[in-house]
Amino acid sequence: MLHHTVLRVVAKLLIPVILLFALYVQFHGDYSPGGGFQAGVIFAAGIILYALIFGLEDTMEALPPGVLKILSASGVLIYAGVGLETIILGGNYLDYNFLAHEPTHGQHLGIFLVELGVGTTVFSTMLLLYYAFAGREPGQ
Amino acid sequence: MNLQFTIDILLLAFMAVIAIAVVRMRDLFGVAMLFSAFSLLSAGVFTVMDAADVAFTEAAVGAGISTILILATLTRTAREEKPRKSRDPRVPLLVVTVTGALLMFGTSDLPRLGDPNAPIHTHVAPRYILESPKEIGIPNIVTSVLASYRGYDTLGETTVIFTAGVAVMALLGIRRRRRREGDEKEPD
Amino acid sequence: MKFLQLYNYEIAIFLAMAGFYVVVSRGNLVKKIAGLSMFQTSVFILYISMGVVTGGTVPIIIEGAISYSNPLPHVLILTAIVVGVATTAVALSLIIRINEAYGTVEEDEIHKQDESF
Repeated sequence: MLHHTVLRVVAKLLIPVILLFALYVQFHGDYSPGGGFQAGVIFAAGIILYALIFGLEDTMEALPPGVLKILSASGVLIYAGVGLETIILGGNYLDYNFLAHEPTHGQHLGIFLVELGVGTTVFSTMLLLYYAFAGREPGQ
Repeated sequence: MNLQFTIDILLLAFMAVIAIAVVRMRDLFGVAMLFSAFSLLSAGVFTVMDAADVAFTEAAVGAGISTILILATLTRTAREEKPRKSRDPRVPLLVVTVTGALLMFGTSDLPRLGDPNAPIHTHVAPRYILESPKEIGIPNIVTSVLASYRGYDTLGETTVIFTAGVAVMALLGIRRRRRREGDEKEPD
Repeated sequence: MKFLQLYNYEIAIFLAMAGFYVVVSRGNLVKKIAGLSMFQTSVFILYISMGVVTGGTVPIIIEGAISYSNPLPHVLILTAIVVGVATTAVALSLIIRINEAYGTVEEDEIHKQDESF
């Protein structure tokens, strides 16, 4: 009998639902409570649950720290890049009205991209924090 | 309104009991669990006060990430607090009491809780609530203020999170753990 | 009577002072960080209490709502929560390094080893 059978079975059922819920919260941030921060943290919490039950080594093989470092920097770059794009298109920095032919469409697109950047950075940073804390051997 | 008031008072009373227990408790794992319960109850208080986004974030961040990090720190340091021998316990109590009394005196001039005519509700907030459906067109006003009207602050916040990740990696570093053969243990 | 109508603020101040007492009077560094985080959470309760509107609802535009809660404190506190967890994470990683350097996380023993004060 494997260790912690109940935990493993329940986690296998729950973790996909948690990740799906995190994606739902990210993309429905316009219509219900939610947005980038909450989605990033919930996604990271799902992966941390996996790491707690199935082992840190397996998680590090599935999501290597190098990829997470790139993701966390690119989230900030997406956000700043949206601002530069609006300057190129003729407006001020982070003026979403210029992103599309109609101002409200531009705002929708701008908010979508910005929340995507925020969610990516928050998810990868929280997971990197967990890797750094949990990977530290006691007495190292 | 009456039910809201009752739930609010009950949750805040629970939080006060937990705060006193955290002060007195010496077992640090217990302190970490009480801290997690404190965060979860504060998420309940935020929900009762109509702050849905804030409750979401506080429940996920406070009861999730913060507790995990404190537990991870505790497994690498001591598990019990040693009693303090030299300091006099009355001086911190005096400082805390004086500060609390000054704060209560300072907040006694605030308007009644929930007053719709308070100055906080009549200057900038009506403009956002009225203009946000026309200018931006999404129902969640908090997201529209966060991402569009106050977009610079959110850019700064994202940079702060990234900087914290960089700082922790500079301090602790990530050591890639290789899987060893026949390794069935689970980590802390 | 006015004092009793501001119960939210007063309980939030009491919770903040409990967290502050943990920071000032206890010697274990991890417990200090937990107390500091509790202090931050009580300050958030103070701010959100200021944004409540009687008869208002969650600030999401729906049909049939008369008034909405003030969205500005929510935005500020959202930012503050995430920044708070970032600073807590950096503080805890510093504590891990202190433990490896000094062998303890009790403030008195660290001061003795450093011969400060």
